[in-house]
Amino acid sequence: MTGEAISLQRTAGAEAATAYPAEQLRPIRWQLILGFVGLLIGGYLGLLQALERVGVDLYRASQIKTYYQGLTLHGVLLAFVFTFAFTNAFTQYMTMRGFGRPLASTALVQASFLTALLGVVLAGYAMLTNQASVLFTFYAPMKAHPLFYLGAVFLVISTWIVLANQLLTYRAWRREHPGERIPLPSYMGLMNYLMWTIATVGVAVEVLAFLLPWSLGWLDTTDPQLNRILFWLTGHPIVYFWLLPAYTSWYALVPAQVGGKLFSDGLTRLTFLLFLLFSIPVGVHHQFTDPGIPTAMKVIHMVLTFVVFVPSMITAFSVVAALETGGRKAGGRGLLGWIPRLPWGNPSVAAQLLAMLAFTLGGATGIINASFTMNLIVHNTAFVPGHFHLTVGTAVALSFMGIAYWFVPYLTGRQLFSRRLALVQAWCWAIGALIFARGQIGGGLESMPRRTAIGAATYALPGWDVSNWFTAVGGALMAIGGVLFFIVLFGTLFNAKRVEPAAVEPPLSEVIHGPKESWQIFDRIGLWVIVAIALTLLAYGPLLLGYLPANMTSPAIKVW
Amino acid sequence: MKVEFYEKVFLVLTVVVLAAGLITIGASVLVAGVHVPSPAARVDPRTVAQTPPFDQPGLREIAPGKYEAVILARAWFYDPKEIRVPVGSTVTFKMTSADVVHGFELEGTTLNGMLIPGQVLTMTTTFEEPGEHLFICHEYCGVGHHTMFGRVVVE
Ligand code: HEM
Ligand SMILES: [Cu+2]
Ligand SMILES: [Cu+2]
Repeated sequence: MTGEAISLQRTAGAEAATAYPAEQLRPIRWQLILGFVGLLIGGYLGLLQALERVGVDLYRASQIKTYYQGLTLHGVLLAFVFTFAFTNAFTQYMTMRGFGRPLASTALVQASFLTALLGVVLAGYAMLTNQASVLFTFYAPMKAHPLFYLGAVFLVISTWIVLANQLLTYRAWRREHPGERIPLPSYMGLMNYLMWTIATVGVAVEVLAFLLPWSLGWLDTTDPQLNRILFWLTGHPIVYFWLLPAYTSWYALVPAQVGGKLFSDGLTRLTFLLFLLFSIPVGVHHQFTDPGIPTAMKVIHMVLTFVVFVPSMITAFSVVAALETGGRKAGGRGLLGWIPRLPWGNPSVAAQLLAMLAFTLGGATGIINASFTMNLIVHNTAFVPGHFHLTVGTAVALSFMGIAYWFVPYLTGRQLFSRRLALVQAWCWAIGALIFARGQIGGGLESMPRRTAIGAATYALPGWDVSNWFTAVGGALMAIGGVLFFIVLFGTLFNAKRVEPAAVEPPLSEVIHGPKESWQIFDRIGLWVIVAIALTLLAYGPLLLGYLPANMTSPAIKVW
Repeated sequence: MKVEFYEKVFLVLTVVVLAAGLITIGASVLVAGVHVPSPAARVDPRTVAQTPPFDQPGLREIAPGKYEAVILARAWFYDPKEIRVPVGSTVTFKMTSADVVHGFELEGTTLNGMLIPGQVLTMTTTFEEPGEHLFICHEYCGVGHHTMFGRVVVE
């Protein structure tokens, strides 16, 4: 970053050239890098996990005491640090981009980065010293070091700060543009962060009212079942918080990157609105096998889970249709002939196309998890990591890497280092993830438990060997993809060749049926927040009230 | 608001497919009788080893061909580790944890549940064929987690 404001010129759409202040882009860049540090360390531990099950033990050589210390680091660094930091960075940028103005507060941009960093340092200390080997779900009554919980709190606060800035920026923009539609890129980010912030109330109560005072010894006991309910109130919406930034890129940028157009502004708004409303009242579908929750509640949450499948189906349709317009413009003919005409040579596009492909498989396996009775076959088996390495581990992570292929050059003014390596990276990761998922899904269907050092287990069933090899080979391929990504990333950060940031920033997608035709009511943010809170209360109020009084009988236990 | 013809078709199809899925699941519950766990009782994990029925874990016959298997999970073993039942018997598992969260999946059946301290888990199944089924702790419960298992022998 050279210090002065960067002024941008864009090719598509009616976007005006705007100057974004460098003092806002700088903390955004640092937050992005923080996220990738999480990916680097977390991904390394993933490799150790994949190899452990075929007898290759790299834990001692890596100064990691146990499989479970490693798994805690893997889960926390990837599911919280990588995703939150990337999403904070990307959303702040897209908010500016949509509104065509700087964020309202530079101090908040800095504060978001610093709180995230503080969270990583605190939780990282607790995990690296093996004082918090409780996995990323930190189920009570396993007790972690208080700094672990505190670190998690700061990570969440970093996201709240982004929302505050989005709202302030929205207010400022609204004053300058009375009566206009909220620009789509800003709308998507706003809906995502509103949804997420409402959802964090679960884990906030869990940690602040129970686990933190209990880990400090101020409370003698806690209620593990109640804590799990609160955890999953946040723990399902979190998957949409991971996913929606990828969707934002797929809707707002990828169509333009492939030379196509988005069909409908209205359906896009509807998609994000449905996520705001229905991401939260579904958390119990992670707890179909918990004894303390009545069956009726499980059924309600399952039905709502099927509802929240609808916006993803709309996305599949809208995004594929937009890609098709691009492929056809490039000369593609026939039913599928447009696919090879997409710009597969552009690593940012290729990574995200492969991510979408993985997501269709991930979504299909998700339906199985969500189905009440089929869930009994796969719950807590290796099937589940098989599923979510296609979704968050590939659809999201590979999209984020694809975004980085223009975002990092944009933020640093340095040219992408080796387009070819970046392409190989995307294919390696995607193919590796498919093989990995085959291993985990196959193992899961043969009752292999998840979150288990399978290589050291004192039991085994026939068929697990084959699955383990798929997992190990696929995981190693993903890891090679990861190494290539970091070669490209560091090569870019230190690249001597400069680029004009405006030249690498993808234009925003044009929309065929523009915002004028979309229902005005989509933009009534306040109204939808109230509806989302009401739905959450309806889905969780009776459950929590019926559950009380709390069963505060579990003292803290350390089991590692 | 303009919604294109194909978009409408796709939306309708989505809703139809999801509704069909829900109906199938409903049928599996009502017709095939597949059940998920639901609240049975609360216990105090600090005193559970002195609380009936967990003060005497093991198998007992409650009616001809019907058994109750009481299992108490601790880091990192099940008490008892092995249960032997005759072919054709219907067994209700009654379980809980005395310390942290554990899991229980009985391989080769649809029995799958969480053993959460403070909550009693009950699940029932019928063993029609002779043979062995591993039960495995599938929730992380500490450094010995991968050594925690047991078996049901149907003879
Ligand atoms: C090099 C690439 C990766 C490999 C080889 C890998 C491998 C694994 C394996 C084998 C497990 C299962 C461990 C067990 O159940 O015992 C696992 C769990 C997990 N992975 Fe990955 N992974 C990779 C990348 C990622 C990415 C990119 C994400 C998310 C952005 C991710 C998120 C998770 C999460 C949340 C868990 C669950 C942890 C838990 O159960 O507590 N992984 N990974
Ligand atoms: Cu256990
Ligand atoms: Cu266990």
